[in-house]
Amino acid sequence: MLWLTWRQFRAQAITAVSALVALAVLYGVTGVQLAHLYHASGLAGCHPRADCGRLASTFTSQLGPHYKVLLDLGTVVVYLVPALIGVFWGAPLVAREIESGTFRLAWNQSVTRRRWLAVKLAVVGLAAMATAGLLSLIMSWWAAPIAQASQIPGSTSFPMGAAGRLDPLVFGSEGIAPIGYAAFAVALGVAAGVLIRRTVPAMATTLAGFAAVQVVWPLLVRPHLISPAKVITRVNPNSNNIGLTFNANGTLTINSSWHQPGAWLLSNQTITPDGKVFRGANSKACSNPNNFHACTNWLASQHLRQLISYQPASRFWAFQWYETAIFIVLAAALAWLCGWLITRRGAA
Amino acid sequence: MAAALEADGLGKQYGRKWALADCTLTVPAGRVTGLVGPNGAGKTTLLNLATGMLAPTTGSIRVLGGVPGSGPAQLRKVGFVAQDTPTYAALSIADHLHFGAAANPGWDAGIASARIRALRLDPAQKAAKLSGGQRAQLALTMAIAKQPELLILDEPVASLDPLARREFLQALAETVAEQELSVVLSSHLVADIERVCDYLIVLVASRVRIAGEVTELLASHHLLTGPRSEEDSLPGDWEIIQASHVGRQTSLLVRAAGPVKKPGWAVDKVSLEDLVLGYMSQAAGGTTAGLLTGAAR
Repeated sequence: MLWLTWRQFRAQAITAVSALVALAVLYGVTGVQLAHLYHASGLAGCHPRADCGRLASTFTSQLGPHYKVLLDLGTVVVYLVPALIGVFWGAPLVAREIESGTFRLAWNQSVTRRRWLAVKLAVVGLAAMATAGLLSLIMSWWAAPIAQASQIPGSTSFPMGAAGRLDPLVFGSEGIAPIGYAAFAVALGVAAGVLIRRTVPAMATTLAGFAAVQVVWPLLVRPHLISPAKVITRVNPNSNNIGLTFNANGTLTINSSWHQPGAWLLSNQTITPDGKVFRGANSKACSNPNNFHACTNWLASQHLRQLISYQPASRFWAFQWYETAIFIVLAAALAWLCGWLITRRGAA
Repeated sequence: MAAALEADGLGKQYGRKWALADCTLTVPAGRVTGLVGPNGAGKTTLLNLATGMLAPTTGSIRVLGGVPGSGPAQLRKVGFVAQDTPTYAALSIADHLHFGAAANPGWDAGIASARIRALRLDPAQKAAKLSGGQRAQLALTMAIAKQPELLILDEPVASLDPLARREFLQALAETVAEQELSVVLSSHLVADIERVCDYLIVLVASRVRIAGEVTELLASHHLLTGPRSEEDSLPGDWEIIQASHVGRQTSLLVRAAGPVKKPGWAVDKVSLEDLVLGYMSQAAGGTTAGLLTGAAR
């Protein structure tokens, strides 16, 4: 079975290896230049209290616009590859055999169809995980100097977002999480193929399903994998970190800025002493936008506090391990479902 | 010796529709059995159940004493050439044989390559470029080289032109002569069955209408032609399978153990095709063979 699986997968494997080599060359060459710039900037040995912020800003300002393009391209590629793998490797794996009738040939050799499926899933699944893992490794290595510079307090955070590697737009393109996504995408594709039994609809379903998971997961699930860290501080209405917005309906919104390098901010609320969210009570003191002092004095008397809920940068690897493990377990569950379906239901 | 195939109350339901219902039959081992019947009789469903491609909804089926598709040992004993003889379009003939060798412990590479040579096929040829007949021959080669005890073929020649059809059945007959194996071959064309089979099962609407050795069936059935009025006065041990009336003449398909003689009536030998059509029309409750010839084809 291994021979046939490899023979059928060979062309796709060659495509994947060629693409990996091309990306490795592109990011290898520019990555060496990036690492050289980083070393030359002196950031590696800077003193946090003295020159780190300035050196980091100098370093990022030296980066030409093509680094921004390469960074974004790399992020997109690492996100896209598991989806493409699910659509083009996973979905047709069984669906094409059912559609073309070749499963009747395959299932009538001296190999049980459970084993047939296991070999297929193992070969394609491991290839997918290796591809995604290598890609992520290349990108993580390439972007490491930028990630380090963007975590230094006082640096302009170009080109990464304020949350650095925990930013939902970045997290899934770094570390080991793409390996889990790739395994899951393959299993999702195969399961769609086994259930739908037609290649093209299975591919479309896989794409839609995987995209939905990639959108819903960081919004609803990931923030709660580890219970968020919280800080509560007093709100000083006279501070420069406070922004007041007078709404059209007469209410008032307080925007307190908060920044911790590399942290993923989940929520930032202003609360009243009894623990409720401050909704900007319609106060007489703040009814006249021209008398700003009356308003800030009144706000000061309200004993408002700022409640920040966030995931600190130090949890990056914990999140990575959790997420990878969860997606590999999901992939295994889908693979088991496929095996159960094809042995139990048959197909004809 | 265990039967090649034994079904008892076998049924397969798709949604509300029964593709095969309450089917009980025995296919003897060591024979080349033709399974014949109109489209929709349940032949393909029965053979897919026999190879474990499908799981039965009701009843049971045993093939060479084992449960179909139950494990590598069972799979090894049964070779299957599925309907439309599927092959991997992107793979060459050599790839197919390599696959067969890798996936079957009993694979005989000598048989496989000898057959491909005899067919004058280029091993480097992709299956997609093969004609229907060549593809069927490739599928047959894979099933034979696996060295099964039972070879099951589901309408293997249905989509082939007459020449390819004859060559395929020829190849099958040669294999049967060389190797000791049981064969079950389904078809809705009696001519195909007649060429290679020595045992016949007529299946209509999941029911076995008649089963037996071809020579015995032909010896015990007779075609009588005589005047219409005398139809009732037949010996009691004669079984009328089919009666058809044209003008004042009556034709009867009769099954009788002993010799058949009737004054004023012409007695003819029956062809296998007439015999099969007779049983199919009996099943349909009709008396006019002409109508059923259409249904049978």
